[in-house]
Amino acid sequence: MNYRTPSIDWVALLPVLIVLGAAMLGILVEAFTRRAGVRRVVQTSLAVAATVGALVAAVIRWAVVSGDGVHVAGNYLVADRQSLAWQAIIALFAILGMLLFAARVRGEDAFAPLGSAAPGSVEESLALKRGMAQTEVFPLGLFAAGGMMLFTMVSDTIVLFVVLEMLSLPLYILVGLARRRRLMSQEAALKYFLMGAFASAVYLFGAALAFGYTAATSYAGIAASLAAGFDREPLLITGVALMLVGLLFKLGAVPFHSWTPDAYQGAPTPVTGFMAAATKAAAAAALARLLYVALYGLSWTLAPVLWTVAIATMALGTVVAIVQTDMKRMLAYSSIAHAGFILVALTSFTGDALAAVPFYMLAYGLATLGAFAIVSQVRERTPDGSLGAEATRLGQWAGLGRRAPLLATAMALFLLSFAGIPLTAGFIGKFVAFKAAVDAGAWPLVLVAVLASAAAAFFYVRVLVLMFLTPVPEDLEDTVEVTWATGPMVVVIVGVVGTFLLGVYPSAVLDLAHQAAILVP
Amino acid sequence: MFPYLSVLVALPAVGAVVVRALPEATRKTVRTVALGFALAELALAAVMALSFDAGNAGTVQFAETRPWIPQIGASWALGVTGIGLLLVLLAVVLTPLVLLASWDDDDDPLRRAKYLALVLALESFMVVIFAARDLFLFYVAFEAMLIPLYLLIGLFGGEQRRYAAVKFLIYSLVGGLVMLVGVIALYVAGPGGDQGFLISHLTGLDLGTTTERLIFVAFFFAFAVKAPMVPVHTWLPTVAQTARPGTTALLVAVLDKIGTFGMITLCLPLFPNASRWAAPVIVALAVLAVIYGAMLAIGQQDMLRLVAYTSVSHFGVMILGIFSFRQTAIEGAAFYMLNHGLSTGALFLAVGFLIKRRGSADVRDFGGLQKVVPVLAGTFLVVGLSALALPGLSPFVSEIMVLVGAYPAARVGVIVAIVGVVLAALYILLTYQRVFTGPPKEGLEKTRDLSWREKFVTGPLIALMLVLGFVPGVAISVLRAPVQDVVAAVQPADAPTEVAP
Repeated sequence: MNYRTPSIDWVALLPVLIVLGAAMLGILVEAFTRRAGVRRVVQTSLAVAATVGALVAAVIRWAVVSGDGVHVAGNYLVADRQSLAWQAIIALFAILGMLLFAARVRGEDAFAPLGSAAPGSVEESLALKRGMAQTEVFPLGLFAAGGMMLFTMVSDTIVLFVVLEMLSLPLYILVGLARRRRLMSQEAALKYFLMGAFASAVYLFGAALAFGYTAATSYAGIAASLAAGFDREPLLITGVALMLVGLLFKLGAVPFHSWTPDAYQGAPTPVTGFMAAATKAAAAAALARLLYVALYGLSWTLAPVLWTVAIATMALGTVVAIVQTDMKRMLAYSSIAHAGFILVALTSFTGDALAAVPFYMLAYGLATLGAFAIVSQVRERTPDGSLGAEATRLGQWAGLGRRAPLLATAMALFLLSFAGIPLTAGFIGKFVAFKAAVDAGAWPLVLVAVLASAAAAFFYVRVLVLMFLTPVPEDLEDTVEVTWATGPMVVVIVGVVGTFLLGVYPSAVLDLAHQAAILVP
Repeated sequence: MFPYLSVLVALPAVGAVVVRALPEATRKTVRTVALGFALAELALAAVMALSFDAGNAGTVQFAETRPWIPQIGASWALGVTGIGLLLVLLAVVLTPLVLLASWDDDDDPLRRAKYLALVLALESFMVVIFAARDLFLFYVAFEAMLIPLYLLIGLFGGEQRRYAAVKFLIYSLVGGLVMLVGVIALYVAGPGGDQGFLISHLTGLDLGTTTERLIFVAFFFAFAVKAPMVPVHTWLPTVAQTARPGTTALLVAVLDKIGTFGMITLCLPLFPNASRWAAPVIVALAVLAVIYGAMLAIGQQDMLRLVAYTSVSHFGVMILGIFSFRQTAIEGAAFYMLNHGLSTGALFLAVGFLIKRRGSADVRDFGGLQKVVPVLAGTFLVVGLSALALPGLSPFVSEIMVLVGAYPAARVGVIVAIVGVVLAALYILLTYQRVFTGPPKEGLEKTRDLSWREKFVTGPLIALMLVLGFVPGVAISVLRAPVQDVVAAVQPADAPTEVAP
């Protein structure tokens, strides 16, 4: 078999290259800079500069790339307005994520000083004493972000697998690096890794089966093969179903969601925020491209499957979230429910969904990053007065509205946006997503979705009740402290402004979203 | 033309922000500032009402249309017909009175500022809802309004306020979200485009029988929760019992009218066939509400719960009138919405004065107050008599209009509903007897009578009821034309046309 090297349009890859290049540079910095303080400054500025650069590059490319899009490397990667929109969104999330990574409260960040030291070991305490810092988190985060941005361009089943691994591996490591509650963090990382590896393998198996039927790995080729007619060949259906498993896993849809609560709870909160927002965006983008470009011919066959998954996801995410007592776990289950809402839009197989889903993810991601930024600032206080782990038990948030009114109000706005209350971005997001589905006749699905939203409102409101309507318990003044680090505050402000503006005057962004509703095969 | 309605929306919103943002030192004047905003709003609304062309009450006036989110067909479109005008007026009349009624409810200036800001924010939403000509705008205000209300109940209520606030929110959200499906489905069925949500563009669509019925049910469910109608009324007594009387007065007197307002201005004209299809069930439920609300009212010891149940009964009368599809009955129902607002608002505020004096809303804690506080007793009696529709007070006119108007369409229903009207006499007079007559209960001998401020709260409401009771034509004349349009939309072509009295 002779193999032709595809010609690569490097300029079209610019947003991704900036991020990945900075990640490489970051590794060199790790190797050649000894002092932790210097490393931290260099890495932070590099990471923020790279993600901002990627955002700028994506915006510039948006202006250059017309509706026709660009084939970047043969049929493997496509740069069209849809992928650029996603890249801009992910770059924005990455900027905010890096700010969270960089945040320090009283001189300590959210990551273990020495990831390789066993929890509670002598090495760990020595590392702590010497003020070591694991600044590799920045290159790792950049690699993940670069992978996610690439993920949105992929239009080939094999490349999809490679990029899937590329974005997942750094995340597995990041999840295990929490500074506090390290055992839980490592357990989460292991679970996430095992299940993720399994899901990837299932995906690869599915891709192979689908190749067996269609004799193509490129989306265009698969679509052409399906257009030539198919007779519900078991080989094809099995293959496609298994491929979807891989992506639904990343999206956090039921029944492939079980990693979400553990990983979200165990991971360092900055990582959780970044992962919840950006990974879900990347997964939604890749899923949309796979479904709408490659598998469009199967839309009738896939619709019942997607309906089932969407209903199960919304129902389970909502119901289980109601009984959570931990903030991070509750947000994790809420993120599962949101995956369901995204699926509701995707089941419509219309262009409207391609405009709705990016908008929805933008609204959701801003609120998510903001919410986790706030979670990272509500801390336990140890008896000797030093700062402890994050206070994630819901009870520890009682009366926060009285102790930190501004922070609690911001959190309330994010929760209302999650709940889809009008005048927040979440409402417009839900509206456009549901409209796409109703347009395609899926109103029963939307009815389930709104009932799930109503039930979901119950647990968001419970947090509001806790924060605003519950008096501060006596001992809480001493055991819980609210801190104000710069990075998270910037994230919260961006989140608040974004959530409010997108809720009250979303015209401009909706316009862009409509222009982005183009997928080039 | 001067954008009256937009300014009416913006003024209280600005007021809310100003009141909340006033620095600590100036908080003493916060009440005056808030009241100033509310009175300015009232003055502006009065100017607007005077320039309203009553001869053309059926056409939308003070119309403004600006693009808001053209991508999803939503516009900032305001405008009122006679019905909307009266309800906007009701809202802006009640708000300053509620502010005045809660003048010294809070000692903490910050808490006071919060309360006042929330009430003003609510006023802004109320104007939007009664003036919206765009379904999306209506829906946004309909849902967003829940947040200030939720906080008003949850932050400033009695013992069970958290429970009440959550119960209220969940009921309303479920209703609202079900309506959202209908809103989206209606838009999808409509012409779409940049102004696809304008209600005028959504009227007269040929939806197909099943679709129309489903969308109608989605809308009606939300309005039934809001109204509140049996069997989805149970949040109201809970909220009334725990929230501040001022909050409840606004809630029941104005906000619950959104339910019946939506039925008249959205359900009937947009889904005429489905409205007729559902009318028998709705009328039956309405009549049930009239009787059931009255019976439960008689059984209440808590005066706030009692008033809440009387409202359930009164809303039954309104809904009965609306779904009889007769000109006089719907006119009566619309007029009743206004009168019920005045009467029940005053009743809640009067009960609030009693609670303030005794620290309890339980009827058994009172007795013999007539001699101690004659003015309060007189106020309570007049307001109570208005609730039982005594001739001479405006609710009487509207109740008669509904019952007489609806009789040809729903004879049995009306006859049964009249029983409820008789029961009303019972629950009001019994309460008056137990609270005010007989020898004064121990500890009540020193009760103060109404202060000047309190007289200013209930006085205007009683005066309005008297005026409208003797010259109801002022209000009814602006209701006739818009109701004619509604009836024309919903009446089957072969039905005998009715001559307006």
